[in-house]
Amino acid sequence: MDEYQVIESKSPVFYDKYVRKSELQHQTHYCPGCGHGVVHKLIAEAIADLGVQDRAILVTPVGCSVFAYYYFDMGNVQAAHGRAPAVATAVKRSNPESIVIGYQGDGDLAAIGTAEIVHAANRGEKITIFFVNNAIYGMTGGQMAPTTLIGQYSTTSPWGRRPSNEGYPLRMAELLATLEAPVYIERVALCDNKNIMKTRKAVRKALELQRDGAGFSFIEILSPCPTIWKMTPQESRKWIEEKMLAVFPLGVFRDRKLAPMADAVPQTSVTKLLGLDKPQEVVTRPMAVKDSQPDLTVKIAGFGGQGVLLLGQILAEMGMREGREVSWLPSYGPEMRSGSAHCHVCLSHERVGSPVIEHPDVLIAMNEPSLHKFSKMVEAHGTILYNSDKLPAGLPPCEAKIYCVPALEIADGLGTTKATNMVMLGALLELTHTLPRETALALLKAKVRNVKLLDVDCQAIDAGMACLRKQLGPATDAHAHDGELAPCS
Amino acid sequence: MAQARGKVTIDTEECKGCGLCVDACPPKCLELLPGLNPYGVHPARYTGMNCSGCGICFYVCPEPGAITVYRLIVPKVAQPPKEGSHAATL
Repeated sequence: MDEYQVIESKSPVFYDKYVRKSELQHQTHYCPGCGHGVVHKLIAEAIADLGVQDRAILVTPVGCSVFAYYYFDMGNVQAAHGRAPAVATAVKRSNPESIVIGYQGDGDLAAIGTAEIVHAANRGEKITIFFVNNAIYGMTGGQMAPTTLIGQYSTTSPWGRRPSNEGYPLRMAELLATLEAPVYIERVALCDNKNIMKTRKAVRKALELQRDGAGFSFIEILSPCPTIWKMTPQESRKWIEEKMLAVFPLGVFRDRKLAPMADAVPQTSVTKLLGLDKPQEVVTRPMAVKDSQPDLTVKIAGFGGQGVLLLGQILAEMGMREGREVSWLPSYGPEMRSGSAHCHVCLSHERVGSPVIEHPDVLIAMNEPSLHKFSKMVEAHGTILYNSDKLPAGLPPCEAKIYCVPALEIADGLGTTKATNMVMLGALLELTHTLPRETALALLKAKVRNVKLLDVDCQAIDAGMACLRKQLGPATDAHAHDGELAPCS
Repeated sequence: MAQARGKVTIDTEECKGCGLCVDACPPKCLELLPGLNPYGVHPARYTGMNCSGCGICFYVCPEPGAITVYRLIVPKVAQPPKEGSHAATL
């Protein structure tokens, strides 16, 4: 009995079954004789042989090969039309160890995505792009592509492509070879056995280069489209050889030795940049615990630059640390400074239905216009904290109690007016006792890197608390403000 | 006739009958079946003769798993070392 060994069979980089639809799960969706299948096989084989399947990420395009993720058993990102090189850039930069492969057709790469490919190549992104060029839009039914040959018929060049009207075929390999950065650029074709094997070699070489840390590699593959070209698979192979090769000559346009860039920036990760690689402070308070404190809605309003939005954020984050459901909704003009800004903060025991607050429990008015504008919105039992030592003239009567906290002056006395919002935070904490002072201090400790400023912020909170305590009277000293609150007048 | 050095199996369900392998096969040992498969195409098959196990049909075929190529395992026969040759080259 003769014994045989398998020398060529389906690559393990392909899924056993393609689950795109319920039937025909053993076949790709490509037409008989399509070049995509061959390119898929060559890529899969190279990935398997290089042993990089577990760190290979394919960025698939829009076009016939849009469903490649149903076939390749590896990481995948589906990019918008033409944007595969941009997506691949992000994937590679955030995962430098991964092998990132862009797979694009000529409508995708050479038409809508021209900018992306040129700039990715020019930046020398360490990715590999396989450019499958069949001189036509295949998936959409045979429109003219930038790579369509002179005289070639398509649904949008029904008299044949004329240079006077549609210009000339775009030679992407040559075009990219004018750039400095790419390390490897080759054009190959699927026109016969010999050239298919050359394609196999080129695909492998490009992926090896990326594995070894080289820069941008680009393989253009002239590929048949029997269906749209209206030819048999055999005729379409011949057409590549006879027509396409004259316009798109095969060859290596760039083959540069590996040379590390001298000006390489230090590699870091997003995790490191955000400081998340260090042990994080664990908030142990369980989310489900409900404290006895009532829900609180706060509107903070003032000029841009007064820390209005930041105060809201800190309040919301304190709420999160205390296991509340929170929302923070900012509203501000285009000016970074001196425009009007306000934000809404909800601290709730239930899910927050809407982050918009029509009638806040507390209004923190950081300036006079905000007081005028928003004082009427405050709930009847609510409170207004106003950033001044006295109320302005002509304030329309309102039901809410108003306390004057000269936060700006207090903060200035502490050394910086930047802490104005923290004085107000202190006043709010003293007023409501919804959130503990310790949580505020812990949060600031985690957020404020400048030690001096942190110290001032903590003092500001205490000063704000003291200021309001004085106005509330001695009954609230023991954190029990059931006594009548005395508004400032 | 010399014994075939390889053989090919073709999944008639996966084959789409494009015929590229038939054209590409150097020893011309593949053909399209006269009958149709369930999907209405004439699938390719191995004639059973002359396969060299070169694998070309595998690479021209657009389907990932339609074709499997095998090569005959030739049992190693211990031959007496040629005069003057190094034993390690065996």
